[in-house]
This record gives sequence, C-alpha cells and structure tokens, in this order.
Amino acid sequence: MKIKDLAAKKEKLTCGHRLCAGCGAPIVARQILMGTDEPVVVACATGCLEVSTTIYPSTAWDAPYIHSAFENAGATIGGVEAAYRSLKRRGKLDKEIKFIAFGGDGGTYDIGFQSLSGVIERGHNIVYVCYDNGAYMNTGIQRSSATPRGAWTTTSEVGKVQPGKKQNRKNLTACIAAHDIPYVAQASPAFWKDLVRKSTKAFEADGPAFLNVIAPCPRGWRHPSDQTLRIAKLAVETCFWPLYEVENGEWKLTYKPKEKKPLVEWFKTQGRFKHLFKPENEHLLEELQEKVDKDWERLLKLCGEV
Amino acid sequence: MSKKRIVATTGNGAVAEAMRQINPDILSIYPITPQTAIVEGFSKFAANGLVDTECVTVESEHSSMSNCIGASAAGARVMTATSSQGLALMHEMLYIASGMRLPIAMFNVNRALSAPINIHCDHSDSMGARDTSWIQLYSEDAQEAYDNTIQAIRIAENRKVLLPVMVNMDGFIISHGIQKAEFIEDEKVKNFVGEREPFMPLLDIDNPVTYGPFDGLGGFFMEHKKNQADAMERAKSVILEVADEFAKISGRKYGFFEEYMLDDAEVAIVTLNSSAGTTRHVVDELRAKGVPVGLLKLRVFRPFPAEELVNALKHLKAVAVLDRALSFGSVGPLFSEVKATLFDLEVRPKVINFIYGLGGREYTLQDAKRAFDVLMDVAKTGKVKKTFDYLGLKEVEVLT
Repeated sequence: MKIKDLAAKKEKLTCGHRLCAGCGAPIVARQILMGTDEPVVVACATGCLEVSTTIYPSTAWDAPYIHSAFENAGATIGGVEAAYRSLKRRGKLDKEIKFIAFGGDGGTYDIGFQSLSGVIERGHNIVYVCYDNGAYMNTGIQRSSATPRGAWTTTSEVGKVQPGKKQNRKNLTACIAAHDIPYVAQASPAFWKDLVRKSTKAFEADGPAFLNVIAPCPRGWRHPSDQTLRIAKLAVETCFWPLYEVENGEWKLTYKPKEKKPLVEWFKTQGRFKHLFKPENEHLLEELQEKVDKDWERLLKLCGEV
Repeated sequence: MSKKRIVATTGNGAVAEAMRQINPDILSIYPITPQTAIVEGFSKFAANGLVDTECVTVESEHSSMSNCIGASAAGARVMTATSSQGLALMHEMLYIASGMRLPIAMFNVNRALSAPINIHCDHSDSMGARDTSWIQLYSEDAQEAYDNTIQAIRIAENRKVLLPVMVNMDGFIISHGIQKAEFIEDEKVKNFVGEREPFMPLLDIDNPVTYGPFDGLGGFFMEHKKNQADAMERAKSVILEVADEFAKISGRKYGFFEEYMLDDAEVAIVTLNSSAGTTRHVVDELRAKGVPVGLLKLRVFRPFPAEELVNALKHLKAVAVLDRALSFGSVGPLFSEVKATLFDLEVRPKVINFIYGLGGREYTLQDAKRAFDVLMDVAKTGKVKKTFDYLGLKEVEVLT
C-alpha cells in the first residue's frame, strides 16, 4: 500500500463539507473509504459528520447516502443491505456493493448501542465505523460513555466538588468483539496504513465488521486544529488507544509502541484535562495511569503477547 | 393457478395471507400482542418456501421501522406489522419514513397503550400517529383487513403519492376472531400489486443520491412539508383509483367510507373498525321499528375525506361520533374532526361524542341502542344535553 496510490483514488467524501478545521471525523471517513474499490452505500447517524456533509441542497457525498436518525445507523444500513440481498436474489440487481455506517460515540456507545448490537447479531454484511471523539460534540461537548474519566465536558463539569467525568469509559471494542462477528478492530488515523488495511479487512469480511477509530475534536478536546494527528498518535503511544484487531475471535495487537509513553504526555496536549494537573487532582493522574496500565496488560494477554 | 377461496380465518391469518400473496422484498419482523400471529404466519410461509421475502428479525420496533426505511430507500418493496407500544416506539421513525417519501406498507393491529398495561383493543395507538403523514386505512373485519393490505401497496407506491400506509384492524376482536373471508387468486394479487418501480433508489449506484440531509433555516424545510401535504391530498384520488381496480379482481368496492341506511336517516353514528358491525345490527333492529337511524363507517382517516363526509352527513339532524381513544383534556380525535368539518354548513347536524371500548371494553348492542336513543332525543328536541359522554363505563368508584 502506497500513499501515492491512495491519494490517486476517487474520494467518496469530497470537499465542500463544513466540518471544523482539524476535525478528526472526515480524515477517518476518507481513509476508511479508501479501503475498497467497490461501490459503497453510506449511512450516517445524526452527528457532526452527518450534519456538516449534507446541507440541503448540497451534499459532499459522491456515493449513495442515507441518514435517518440518531440511534439507528445500524438498523438503517442493515435495511439497505437486506434490500440489496433480496433484490439480488430476485435477479433485479447484479452489481457488487458494499455497505458502511458511520456514527459518533454518542450515536454508537450510547443511544445507538442496541441498534448496532442487533444489526451485527443478525449477520448483515456491513461495516460499522464509530468515529470516537469522546463526547456529544455536535450538541456542544456533553459527556458520553466514551468520555475518558477525568475529562471536562459541559455535562461533566470541573468545579469545586467535581474534577470532570467521574466514571471510566465503556470498552466498546471489547463489547462488540463479544458478539463473535468476523472482524473487529481499533484504529487511529495517525496510523493510516494500519487503518486502511483494517478497513479493507472489514469490507472483505464475510459478515458484519466493526471499526472503532479515535477522532480528535479540536473544539471539544481544547487543542489547536493543527495537532489532530499528533494527538491521535500520542493516544496510541501512551496505550490509551491501543491498535488491535479481533479476527474470527483471534485477538491480535497490530502496533506495539517501542516505548510506552506516560499518559500525562497525552493529557498535556488537551485543555479538557488541564485541571488534572492541579495539586489536589494528582491522585487522579495516578489512578488514570494505573487504569491504562491494567487495560494494556490485559490486552497483551488477550493478544498472546505475554 | 390458485383458486378463489372462501375461508374461515382470523384477522391476523387474513393479513398474513395477503402478505404471502404480495411476497414483498422485505418483511421487518418483531413480535407484539396482538399482532404477533401475522409475522408468525408469514415466518411459516417463509420457512416452507412459499415466499422468498428477506425476513429481517429485528431487535425492536424502532429498529423495525429503521430497517424498513433503509430497505425502502434502497428500492425494495417493504412491509411490517405492529401494535400499540410497538407503534409508539416507532413514532419518531414514522415521521422520517413519510418525510423521506418512502412507500412502506405496515399493518397495525389496534391495541391500547400503557399504563396500566392492557393488551386489548382501542385506537389510542393509531390516533397517536395521526399527524405522522402516514395514510391510515381502517378495517371492519378480516375481509377488509385482507383487502386493505393488498390495496395499501398500490396506494403507497403510486408516484403521485409516495407516502407510507398504515392499515388498521381491531386487536383480538378481529385479529383473533374467526370470520368468513374470501381470498383472491394468487396470480390476480400478484398482477394487481406488480413490481415496485422505485424513484431514486439508493442502490442505483451510478446515480448517487443523498437521503435525509440537513435542511435548516436557509433551506427548504417548509417547502418539503408542503409537498408532503400535497402528496397526501393527491392520495385521495389514488385511493379511489386503486379501489376501482381492486373491485375488478375482487368484486368488492371500497371508498373513503361506507354509508349504511344513511340516505333517509335522521340520525347516524360515525365510527371506525369493528364497532361498525355491532352498530349495523342495531340499525337493522331500529329500522324494523321505523326509527330513522343510519351508520357511516370511515375507512380512510388520513387523508381525511372532509368534503365527502359533509355531503354524506349534511342532511342529518344529529350525528354521534364514536371514539375508541381519548385526547385527554379535549374531546375524541375523530369527533373533533367530524365536527369541525360540519361547522361550515349553514344548517348543520348536532354532533355529539361517545368514548367507548377503551382497553377492549366490549361495545354492546345496548351501547349502540343508547347512543341512538340519545341521538333521537337530540333530533326531536334540537337540544344537546351532553356533548361528550362514555359508553359502557362501569358505575363504580375507582381511586382518583
């Protein structure tokens, strides 16, 4: 895979959309759509990616596209795929078509969790992508079950009696892996080769596939818009966001940092964590590092690395 | 070639049979009482190869309607069935199905909404979906449920309409009661429904389209809604055209409503679904005694056939509208529309409202007689003592 070849591919999410400068979501979507040369039908959950790419009467999608609501991108793309199978069986269609749904973490970890679980349990041949920016960014930075513990959001405020979000984040990738579907992976746009390769595997899987991709949000994470990919890289190097895949039940680490960087290095890049560096929150930094260490050790075991 | 059959069937059995004959591309399946026997019946057909529909066994009614939306936008002919809480859970998606102009045909077996939980018939489910831009057809019995299901496909998919259709029948009373019905030959139904010719389907990958964009302040949201309202208006003539064509294969003629002994009546009951049968029986009894009573059974509630209703009711002295649903804090939903419709007449009938049959409470011959007694009194005196009342309410103290 050469970046020159990828750059020459026809873009399915084209220019002209109105996402913020430095937004991780379109970088993730474009890299993933490079993973197949087949025609693709795209579904989106309500969210930043949806609202900014299809402002009527314009559309940034050079592919058939459907958005129906917030909590049902899974069921919606499942319906499109079921129609495809039905019409193909009845001889009304003969082309090869791929199906993909994009949802943010609010639309995937939270409100769309049931719909996603249902569509993959039923075995629809779809790829579901969560672009995880760790909060409800489209409504203005509210905490979701993907928000890291300790992070500031407008509904996990930092105040005299509360240092940001109190709870740990949901391990959605593992939840989806527990569905025993052909392909599940976690990825980062900073590791584009790894992401595009995982996308190709997801599209080619015989059945449902799920990709959980970190997508930094300059507005919500409080970082300059030119730092997106650096932050997406640090998330991996600190083992906050490990890169791995679960292929037919086999867990495999796809990137092992040579040197595991301390979590604070990632925290320092984002304003949403700045209160953690106050003396009274020192214990939190320790606890958060311990949690990441524990999760990393567990992942290494699952992946047969230790 | 199959033959025309006269059978003993439940309402659910008749709907499942219509669905077998239609053999849609997609059926979204989720169980809920009293609808379940429809999707069970269809699943049996599918398991035995009598249909080759893609059955999608979803995990909720919300996903059921979402699945229908995706599949219909893709270009498939799509059906589903539900009741009560299921319809309520779909509520958000009902607006999206119609807003995207997707011709989905859904059967709703009318059932009360919780709380308290109650699995029996009333119309609070479909009346709650009144403003969702779904065409609503009502069916008195298994025969009408079967006939309406077949016609729903043609109405929904008509290029002048492109709106989803909801067909209703009364839970348990009709869905589970065994009745006589006549099933049309398979080939005739197949030819009648034909193949869907989708308009701008998602799966036309050479001509990519965007469904469900954002259409905000600078956009055309209001124009889209006006288009939708116009399509609902156009549905009126399409419903009648489809009914005419259906009469040719079935010998059964449908309109917006059925008039029974209405021409020379002085008073009449307006109602929906199975209560029409009981009412018709009482009309016969009273007519035998020379009492000038009649019945109007509404089949099409959305689009509301206002002009035609006025013509059918304008000569009456008094009309009672029966509502099997409450609009708490106001009057019954059917009553408020019928009354509003009659208001512009120079000389208009007195219109009263009876709430009946909530949560499956039986609508008896005595209830119908009482309603006609009140109507005859209004006709005679020209005075309405009570505009709003209940039929069949138990006279007991309950905790308030």
